[in-house]
Amino acid sequence: MSRLTPENVELAKQIIRRYPRPKSALIPLCHLAQEQDGHLADDAMVHIGELVGVTSAEVLGTASFYEMFKRHEVGKYCVNICTNISCQLMGGEELLEHAEQTLGIRSGSTTNDGLFTLEDVECIAACTEAPALQVNYRYFHRISNDDFDQMIDELRSGRLDDVVPPHGVLAKVRQDLAEEQIANITPPETQVMPRWIADEAAKNDPAASEGGQA
Amino acid sequence: MEQTPMSEKPLPTVVTEPVNITVDGEEITVQNGELLIEACHRNGTYIPRFCYHPRMNPVGMCRMCLVEIDTGRGPALQPSCMIEVTPGMVVDTKSDLVSKVQDGVIEYLLANHPLDCPVCDKGGECPLQDQAYSHGPGESRWVEEKRHYAKPIPISETVYLDRERCILCDRCTRFAKEVAGDPLIHFIDRGANTQVNTFPDEPFASYFSGNTVQICPVGALTAKPYRFKARPWDLQTVESTCTGCSVGCRIEIDSSRNHVLRYNGVDSDPVNWSWLCDKGRFGFESLEAADRLREPLVRSGETLEPASWAAALATAAEAINAASPGSIGVIGGSRLTNESAYAWAKLAKGVIGTDNVDAQLGDGLPADVVFGLPQATIDEVCKPGGTILYLGPDPKEELPVLYLRLKHAVDEDGARIIELAPAGTGLTRHSAVSLNYRPGELGQLVDSLVSGSNSTGENAALSTAAKLIAAAGDSLTVVIGRANLAENAQSVVAAATAIRDAVPGVKFLVALRRGNVRGALEAGLAPGYLPGRVSLTGGQDDQVAAFKSLWGNVPAKQGLDTKGILWAAAEGKLDVLILLGADPLSDFPDRSLARRGVAGARTVIAIDRFPTASVVQADVVLPAAGHSEEQGTTTNLEGRVTVLNQKVTPPGTARPDWMIAAELAWKLGGDLGVDTESSELWAELVASTETFAGAGVDALADTANADGIVITAEPRPLATVEAPHVSPTSAYSLRLVVNRKLYDAGASISRCDSSSALAPAQALRLSPADASPLGLKDLDRVSVTSPNGSLSARVALDSSVPKGTAVLVHNLAEADPGALVASDDAVCEIRVEVG
Repeated sequence: MSRLTPENVELAKQIIRRYPRPKSALIPLCHLAQEQDGHLADDAMVHIGELVGVTSAEVLGTASFYEMFKRHEVGKYCVNICTNISCQLMGGEELLEHAEQTLGIRSGSTTNDGLFTLEDVECIAACTEAPALQVNYRYFHRISNDDFDQMIDELRSGRLDDVVPPHGVLAKVRQDLAEEQIANITPPETQVMPRWIADEAAKNDPAASEGGQA
Repeated sequence: MEQTPMSEKPLPTVVTEPVNITVDGEEITVQNGELLIEACHRNGTYIPRFCYHPRMNPVGMCRMCLVEIDTGRGPALQPSCMIEVTPGMVVDTKSDLVSKVQDGVIEYLLANHPLDCPVCDKGGECPLQDQAYSHGPGESRWVEEKRHYAKPIPISETVYLDRERCILCDRCTRFAKEVAGDPLIHFIDRGANTQVNTFPDEPFASYFSGNTVQICPVGALTAKPYRFKARPWDLQTVESTCTGCSVGCRIEIDSSRNHVLRYNGVDSDPVNWSWLCDKGRFGFESLEAADRLREPLVRSGETLEPASWAAALATAAEAINAASPGSIGVIGGSRLTNESAYAWAKLAKGVIGTDNVDAQLGDGLPADVVFGLPQATIDEVCKPGGTILYLGPDPKEELPVLYLRLKHAVDEDGARIIELAPAGTGLTRHSAVSLNYRPGELGQLVDSLVSGSNSTGENAALSTAAKLIAAAGDSLTVVIGRANLAENAQSVVAAATAIRDAVPGVKFLVALRRGNVRGALEAGLAPGYLPGRVSLTGGQDDQVAAFKSLWGNVPAKQGLDTKGILWAAAEGKLDVLILLGADPLSDFPDRSLARRGVAGARTVIAIDRFPTASVVQADVVLPAAGHSEEQGTTTNLEGRVTVLNQKVTPPGTARPDWMIAAELAWKLGGDLGVDTESSELWAELVASTETFAGAGVDALADTANADGIVITAEPRPLATVEAPHVSPTSAYSLRLVVNRKLYDAGASISRCDSSSALAPAQALRLSPADASPLGLKDLDRVSVTSPNGSLSARVALDSSVPKGTAVLVHNLAEADPGALVASDDAVCEIRVEVG
């Protein structure tokens, strides 16, 4: 879809300032773009590349490593049902089948109204609460078929808006670093070598010890 | 089977810190700290590998080079491309365990690799195929369906990617990022789905993309010009030198049935490290261009009609005989081999007796400067930790492989570049300091840099640069050339002499662009000079007399350069203009003068390969042989003489330039003293000059000199030149910079099918600060007016262009900046108006 909005560009510049190298902000900026559009759009990747000084191919290379960056449009709610061993034993696969019937879609696809994307996922580390699922990475534990239908109803009606923000939103409260807290990031090229490394280097090469003295 | 293509020779390491290691039971002496895989290769043990390339940093991705290494704690499997040798290391490269591991690696690599070797371009020269035979298990245990992708997808105009064949060795992606600095291809996705690809709709538009095809260890990357053209066992190969520009990269010419099918880079340590630019790599396509000149043509009224060689040469000789020597001019010669350049110098200066001879087209530096500056080689410029003052053309556009060497020196070897340029270049991001100057003001900038007068001044970048130069002392090297064709050469010459005077011991690499321009100048195709830098008027009477006795005659006084010849022609004072592979109508920076000159000469004789704009106006056209079609030698910008080999026959009746010179001399009643081979000319040149004395036929044939022989000569006296005085500009005007792009409307490149579409669109590049008062935005059309002419162009806003400057590209299909430039002016002032 789109490049970052002017407000998000300002936010992006703040985020970039938190890192010694602009390139380090690549993944946080991918999250920002996904929050803006619900997925990571091609134009947004181009824009991020411009902001941090890498090529779009490098942004894509990094982003595509992570499954949670969606490169195509997904529903407002991304429902991930675990089908790994604990959940499987406790009825995860049956739950997935029920979900497919309830939503009328196969796993991996999105409902016509654009609200739900259904996925079966590997272990989400909630084995004691099986069968478990996530909606936009927010956990729902010990889910029966009825629980699932109720959850879908509540999501549709907006009653869960406080618990589950739209796909792409990481947190309701954005972490905001005060200016004085981010001011003392040392660029790598001016960083002083730690003592224990400098001493070791000095043993081999007296000229290399300067960093440790500074 | 051990596959060592010419491009992947072991690095030429000199052992200065010897350590002894044991490889397969044999003790060898190697350089402390070098990579084990290199040490073994140089000492005769080839360890199989896919991802390791001697000219790139190791990554240890493919695991094929695993060997058993024992450093005192017992043998363990380790990748030999990642391990540096240490004293007493014991290595087993052929143990049962190593063989088993190699079996396993090959089996895995082949798990998803399609068995389409019979239709794969790489089949027959494929490291995966070869090593599957030599180190693989022979049979696969996999029965599952292989992974499938769409068969080859174009990732650029010239390169195709077949992801099914890819083994993810990271060679192409590493090359793109580390070597070329264009990371436009990258690993995409993860795990079993990992693939190399570009960003959607952003092609791998690198000037160096063809190198990825050469280093791909499988058939995943193939080049459009070579796809399905031949099998490796049908190819005949000779080594030669690329003459696309003056860097002189060593290449292999692959041909089959008298057609050149491919150029590959050869690892020449002092020059190109196995890399080529795409313009050079795919330049062979122009050899078989449809409009290649195949037979002599003679003007008959409005048209050029085919003629026999005898008739065409007779017409040419008649025109020359009818003219007085002083009214004959020869322009060009940098396309020629050294031998042909010498033959033409001898014909022009000895037989005809004119000194109006110039190999350059007003876009280079005078021969006095080329001969007068102490010379540096590429290796000396790119030495580790060196300081380089760069004031020349954008190397990425004009001398691409020199750009790769400079980039490597900065990125890997701690060199620092101080760039002085009228606008941002491809080198800017690699420079420690990049200083922009307004056209015409280079002199002041250089003065304040080398005099140190401004080192405490207000300009931080300038004082940093001055400090770097002061700290470098006599180890400073300077790359010098013409960054702006809209300025005459005087400002560059002044800068060169100022630096030479201020920094004792400084050395220069003169960055002239054309293929063999250096060889042409050294062979005597320059006004005022005989071969071997012998000045006609510079008090070298003995040497001049020697040439007089060898040639029978030499010109009495110094003649005209290209500008002078064109002026004389424009004023009707030139009877015969000989264009020696030159196209002044496209290349001379001042278009009006070029047009008047070519039109004003009574008879124009063109020796060329293509019907260029100038050639179609000629009265006699003689078709010449080109690269890969003739034997000889060439000289690169360092003064390095290398051998050019013939692989195919010239088209039609086209013949080498020296042969044309010899025939013409014969018709004129002279004799060039050459019978059957160009090497006779070379022997004569080597015997009669000090410059070429060390580069005789036998010396060049010695395999120890495969990288060529650098000619050395004492710099000739060169007087200090004053910087031109340029009056301040009026408030509304901008100063014009005319530079070049790698792909343009040039005679060869526009005839390469795969590259001709890559020439960019012309645009007047402006600083946003200059554009906003006029309300201009990208793609707006403006009219550009100088005192000499005007043109219409689209605008491109570019923050790398300083305020007060505007940039146009030379020799594109549209909006010719030559219309604005006058060759006498120190700068070209322009006015930009909307509409």
